[in-house]
Amino acid sequence: MSIDLARTVVGAELSERSLRGFVLGLPGVDAVGLEQRAAALATRSIKTSSKRRALDTIVSLIDLTTLEGADTPGKVRSLAAKAVLPDPSDAGCPQVAAVCVYGDMVPYAVEALGAAHAGAGGSINVAAVATAFPSGRASLRVKLADTADAVAAGADEIDMVIDRGAFLSGRYSEVFDEIVAVKEACRRGDGTSAHLKVILETGELSTYDNVRRASWLAILAGADFIKTSTGKVSPAATLPVTLLMLEVVRDWHRLTGELVGVKPAGGIRSSKDAVRYLVTVAETAGERWLDPHLFRFGASSLLNDVLLQRQKLASGHYSGADYVTID
Amino acid sequence: MTFLDYAPAPESRAILNLRPSYGLFIDGEFVDGHGAPFRTISPASEETIAEISTADEHDVDLAVRAARRAYDRVWSKLSGADRGKYLFRIARLVQERARELAVAESLDNGKPIKESRDVDVPLVAAWFFYYAGWADKLDHVGLGPAPRALGVAGQVIPWNFPLLMLAWKIAPALAAGNTVVLKPAETTPLTALLFAEIVQQAGVPAGVVNIVTGAGETGRRLVNHPDVDKVAFTGSTAVGREIARSIAGTGKKVTLELGGKAANIVFDDAPIDQAIEGVVNGIFFNQGHVCCAGSRLLVQESVHDEVVDRLKARLSTLRLGDPLDKNTDIGAINSAEQLARIRELSDVGEAEGAERWSAECAIPDRGFWFAPTIFDGVSTSSRIAREEIFGPVLSVLTFRTPDEAIAKANNTPYGLSAGIWTDKGSRMLAVADRLRAGVVWANTFNRFDPASPFGGYKESGYGREGGRQGLAAYLASADARTALAPRASDASPARSDALPTPEDAKAGRAAKSRSVSSRTESSTRKGSAR
Repeated sequence: MSIDLARTVVGAELSERSLRGFVLGLPGVDAVGLEQRAAALATRSIKTSSKRRALDTIVSLIDLTTLEGADTPGKVRSLAAKAVLPDPSDAGCPQVAAVCVYGDMVPYAVEALGAAHAGAGGSINVAAVATAFPSGRASLRVKLADTADAVAAGADEIDMVIDRGAFLSGRYSEVFDEIVAVKEACRRGDGTSAHLKVILETGELSTYDNVRRASWLAILAGADFIKTSTGKVSPAATLPVTLLMLEVVRDWHRLTGELVGVKPAGGIRSSKDAVRYLVTVAETAGERWLDPHLFRFGASSLLNDVLLQRQKLASGHYSGADYVTID
Repeated sequence: MTFLDYAPAPESRAILNLRPSYGLFIDGEFVDGHGAPFRTISPASEETIAEISTADEHDVDLAVRAARRAYDRVWSKLSGADRGKYLFRIARLVQERARELAVAESLDNGKPIKESRDVDVPLVAAWFFYYAGWADKLDHVGLGPAPRALGVAGQVIPWNFPLLMLAWKIAPALAAGNTVVLKPAETTPLTALLFAEIVQQAGVPAGVVNIVTGAGETGRRLVNHPDVDKVAFTGSTAVGREIARSIAGTGKKVTLELGGKAANIVFDDAPIDQAIEGVVNGIFFNQGHVCCAGSRLLVQESVHDEVVDRLKARLSTLRLGDPLDKNTDIGAINSAEQLARIRELSDVGEAEGAERWSAECAIPDRGFWFAPTIFDGVSTSSRIAREEIFGPVLSVLTFRTPDEAIAKANNTPYGLSAGIWTDKGSRMLAVADRLRAGVVWANTFNRFDPASPFGGYKESGYGREGGRQGLAAYLASADARTALAPRASDASPARSDALPTPEDAKAGRAAKSRSVSSRTESSTRKGSAR
């Protein structure tokens, strides 16, 4: 179905040649202009009631993440508890959108979320990184097994990485086919599917033109979300890159009526930064995108800064790091 | 309420410490003018900000005399390095008082605080810093060793960038060793008067900078004062013509920076999202009150529909309202008079058959406002494609080939600026070479830098401001004699030297070749002009 749409948009059978023609025919990106626009959006002044609303929105859009080799079931349980009750001193604080973990940690996350898990009637999703995250350097067979394994364990969302090597050497159909295959592997026994987030690792793509091409390629191949980074490569998410990806999903929506989400991940640590992203989302793709189905922050330390800011707005004074839980 | 209804974020006016009335700034002191005082109002609310003196003939004469005295006795005797020190001091004071100046500018002019804060005031400081550095390096301006200052400069500036235009005028004049009498526009005198305070604060010798306020009559008296050696004017082409006529044969040097009707050319391979931003910035920056505004969008026919659709979508996100709110994109039109002109020309556009579209936005009850507007299907013969509207109104025209784009872009009596949007570098350079405009921006628009010369072709005026060329406009080579008409103060040592010599003709030729080289420089700069 999604492949049919891709065929319509590309206007040809999907081959190396037609995909190449399509992505190379996309309009260019002027780096200076893009960065200037992002800088202008960053000057918006979000105060008082707008700030209060923004902070709550940010919490509800966070994929609370732990992606360490040192992760343990205990660490994941603790993360899940924080996802359910971000601020124990304020029951009015919204829950986060998802917890994001490695595939082998999915069962612990599902168990720890309990009734708060989307699968059990709650609203918090479990996202798993897959496809030999973060490098993606494994055979397709391994990547698909990695994905299917996480889905079987109860993951609601799969964060895959694209093959940047193939992309940079111009093998676009290889990148495309791989995403299509992973999307297929997201399918569950009952016919439903885990949502697929496609990580472009923009820090390795190096140019904005490449980011635009990779975004289109991922969306054509069926991505539900396009995501900037693994968080393991610097630079991770930046405002200009996110702006550019938002322009792509906006254009895709205009063209097809379909909605695709965007997830900047890595490097967004302060509320102030996150508010700039909200502004960029609302003024580029539209306010409709300020919804967990269409926008996420991949972050670990951001949540605590937002909680501190919320406390400050409520009480009128700043508390400190010891007034929010570490995980 | 939605997220996009940003809560008000007004910049505080508490930082302003305005007096109820301001006099003229002559010989280092504020003095009362002898004309009938006038009020300066905020165009966003029509409230009175302060009462301003009007300089009559006698006051203008006092100011010019003060400037002459300061020139003869102090300023012309200072070393370049010492003049530079004063300019550096002014630049630093502008930075120190940046917030105050930005608030005053937005209040008096109606422009959004984000522009006065992020564009106008930083550029003002940059201009003084830049020319401060030149003050002791005049040997390298290109006029040979030891070029001479001209004397007293009479400067008249417009209301669209009140403080920035002041900086464009005063910084190079002082760096070159001239003294000045400046007249700000009658609707926006406030920041010039705050600048006078800065001049006092910086300890600039009395009489080096004089500010006279008033309407057109005051400006006319200043320009025509017999003891003014140099006239610099930025404003409308009609007034520019009048000035050129009135000073013809007097030996006064003149630079005129006048109107424009710039073409912003969008080719089908343009980086589309950035081109849209550039077109928006090109015409809606400062409510379109910009002489170099990209008021004619020339878009390649094959991408016309897409560009216009995207433009409309983007314009719908612009926020019109209180200039002091930090989230305002479009402020108030500067005056009732200007608003009437914009309305009149827009009505003409409609009557001539162009398709009018305005962004939907709530217009405040008081003050002067005009919603961002696009006219599609405009023909080259239409008045809105030929006359400067000086407001937030964009005319959209199409072209099919680069030759057609160039022909249409050049088909205007003006020639101040132009823009090119394409991903193809060779096309960019080829087109830029054939555009008759003083500044050509490529893949950007409305970027200013003190090192880059700015000025027009044809009815957009003559002379260049900014860079080395802008400095040369306030200097004469050591062996050239600029003042042809004898004058009482000719006995002063600074001007009693040479008689007209054959060198004059040579200097004239040199000046011509200079302007050619400035053109080349500006066209090679454009990629990095930001």
